[in-house]
Amino acid sequence: MSKEWPLWEIFIRGQHGLSHRHVGSLHAPDAEMAIKNARDVYTRRNEGVSIWVVKANHIAASSPDEKGPLYEPSESKIYRHPTFFDIPDEVGSM
Amino acid sequence: MYAQMIKTARSGVKSREEMTDQERAFQDKVDRDIKIEPQDWMPDDYRATLIRQMGQHAHSEVVGQLPEGNWITRAPTLERKAILLAKVQDEAGHGLYLYSAAETLGESRDELVRLLHEGRMKYSSIFNYPTLNWADIGAVGWLVDGAAIVNQVALQRTSYGPYSRAMIRICKEESFHARQGYHAIMKMAFGSPEQKKMAQDAVNRLWFPAIMMFGPNDSESTHSEQSMAWKIKVKSNDELRQQFVDQTIPQIEYLGLELPDPGIKWNEERGHYDFSDPDWSEFFDVIKGNGPCNVDRLKDRVKAWDDGAWVRDGLMAHAEKKRARKVAAE
Repeated sequence: MSKEWPLWEIFIRGQHGLSHRHVGSLHAPDAEMAIKNARDVYTRRNEGVSIWVVKANHIAASSPDEKGPLYEPSESKIYRHPTFFDIPDEVGSM
Repeated sequence: MYAQMIKTARSGVKSREEMTDQERAFQDKVDRDIKIEPQDWMPDDYRATLIRQMGQHAHSEVVGQLPEGNWITRAPTLERKAILLAKVQDEAGHGLYLYSAAETLGESRDELVRLLHEGRMKYSSIFNYPTLNWADIGAVGWLVDGAAIVNQVALQRTSYGPYSRAMIRICKEESFHARQGYHAIMKMAFGSPEQKKMAQDAVNRLWFPAIMMFGPNDSESTHSEQSMAWKIKVKSNDELRQQFVDQTIPQIEYLGLELPDPGIKWNEERGHYDFSDPDWSEFFDVIKGNGPCNVDRLKDRVKAWDDGAWVRDGLMAHAEKKRARKVAAE
């Protein structure tokens, strides 16, 4: 009757002021246990101040095949970067 | 190493002419050190070889807890006990990182564990040797984890993203393992004559098994080529072994202990230490299942898995009950 525990993706906030970052995954029967396990697995050396857990099958991801069409539009718009514009030295920092 | 004699899922290296366009694009990415991620296209053999290698690596971390766990209750001081406990807990974590990395390729952890328990997957030969006394625990941390680090540092550059990231994490923690082991041995080497004798005895027994961890000589290692081309393996067995020997000799000299190999000699010309081969027939025998502890190690793992079944099932049932109640209340 054994059923494998579901997989959870773990996100940890390294320190106050930073966003949560994906650190890995683990198995747990529910969210509460996933947080407890994440504490033991991913924060044994003060790596975090906050943990998020998300069931792995709830994550939707972009497909690697669409990489071209997804990101190409931004590649041609270099004027979106501040360095595109030359500002004279006399004006000072801007 | 922690993954030894991984049979690459295909024999020989595919030439560029033999490759399909997709395979060529894949190989180009690998050659340019662009990491392969779970959703990217990859050759079936790459996937199969990686699952085998990461699975064996994960099993080694988990089985590796047994020879050390053996000494947690008998550590000489409370501090050493706490340190050993932390190290053994790390090994469980390392096993978990690696199982997770293997799972990104679509193989479930339970399935990998089942293959191990059925004897269809292996773990590192080193864990089939016993830890007879406290000096062995020091020597294991220093030499076995030391050897593992040499391999794992190289594997940080492996082509598969999740494997590489697991290695980076593991290496950070592993350095604590080697240092605590060296520290424990240092205490004994500079202690009473009896303690020093114990330390020497541990080194005598564990040296050759430790250098066997890197696997057979390159000339005998028939499966490596494709794995190297795919950067699943980054350095050859002999390169890694040499690196380990070179870094370990100054450490042992400092301790005033000796390596049980009269063939150790600095080779000016090569810029490396010469050393003797271990008894490879012993290595192949241990791999086949005839080491001193093979039977016990597997028996203990299977027992731990079976004894834990009611906990896994119970927690799952509890989680389902809670979910059903929540749904009913809404």
